[in-house]
Amino acid sequence: MSLTEFFSLSLTAILIENFVLIKFLGICPFLGVSKKVSTAAGMGIAVTFVMAMASALTYVVNTYLLVPFDLQYMQTLAFILLIAALVQLVEMFLQKSVPALYQALGIYLPLITTNCAVLGVAILNVDNGYNFIQSVTYGAMSGVGFLLAIVIFASVRERIAFCEYPKCFDGFPIALVTAALLSMAFMGFQGLNIFG
Amino acid sequence: MASKKYMRQFVSGIIDNNPTFVQLLGMCPTLATSTSLENAVGMGLAATAVLAASNVVISLLRKFIPQKIRIAAYVVIIASFVTVIDLLMQAYLPELSKSLGLYIPLIVVNCIILARAEAFASKNSVLPSFVDGLSMGVGFTLALSAISIVREILGNGTLYGISLFGSGFQPAAIMIMAPGGFLTLGLIIALVQKLRQRAEGKERRKS
Repeated sequence: MSLTEFFSLSLTAILIENFVLIKFLGICPFLGVSKKVSTAAGMGIAVTFVMAMASALTYVVNTYLLVPFDLQYMQTLAFILLIAALVQLVEMFLQKSVPALYQALGIYLPLITTNCAVLGVAILNVDNGYNFIQSVTYGAMSGVGFLLAIVIFASVRERIAFCEYPKCFDGFPIALVTAALLSMAFMGFQGLNIFG
Repeated sequence: MASKKYMRQFVSGIIDNNPTFVQLLGMCPTLATSTSLENAVGMGLAATAVLAASNVVISLLRKFIPQKIRIAAYVVIIASFVTVIDLLMQAYLPELSKSLGLYIPLIVVNCIILARAEAFASKNSVLPSFVDGLSMGVGFTLALSAISIVREILGNGTLYGISLFGSGFQPAAIMIMAPGGFLTLGLIIALVQKLRQRAEGKERRKS
């Protein structure tokens, strides 16, 4: 993969087709853990890590196990099990070897199994026919896109907490309206295609 | 007697405990597939089928599944049904299957289904679990339809693919794009909260 291709793929994954704001993947953690910037950043980093790992593993399983044995119809089942096992493994590994990081991310890790962004990126890699390096790049960069979106969103929400708005907008509605405005901003990137 | 009880449970799942507007579960498919009424109904019915079937099976197996690995077991059961539905839709509804695309396999990670498995089917017998799955599914379908009606009319000037206003209408395309989804859902939930607050206020004045 050339450097241009790398940048082009990264730009697409982070800005032009942002997973959360344009593709609607991973909305649950986006709305659920975005009340504080620090926790949002923790969640974002954990998701990025798992998405990169999941992209690599699902690529290997799909190419060397599902395709040769004509088992593509088992894709969903195989991928979700792989992701659940991966998350569990990452959790145990962090707990033993990097306890500081585990302390920071611990509570978010189990939540990632049901984050549709992770399964989504695995399926998209297969649908788009990416090779191994492209898959891992796309997975990691989509994770960065998620991190960017959730950190911006959390910092906006921290400020909204001090604003006055109609009482019926309390909680989710005001967050969704904020997300709509943020998503509109990200739509501006749609015309961005500097690498042709 | 029993049928009345199930009826009440069914209605409460649709209105008082609506999975989308009240429990706020399963936001990703809600936003992504509510661009047109056709997609919304297709997605809703697919999710309903998976919900009802997985609730029944999980309820049947609730005494055999060990406590520690129950989530993994539920995910496997749900994923199996999603695969069945996915293949059925590819065979019999190829166009709908293409337009929903990625979001059909993603029913696996729809939080409504796992939440109902954990909160209801793992504690109740088969028939109530089936009714619960069905009512949550119908509630989800209706919520999706409500959002998609607003978005399709404003964003495309059509309803279920039928043109409403003639050729002079300038649709606001933003409503069927990502921001419109967030905005419509936010405004509808705000409306629901407003109605609930008013109802609670009335009750308080009565007592």
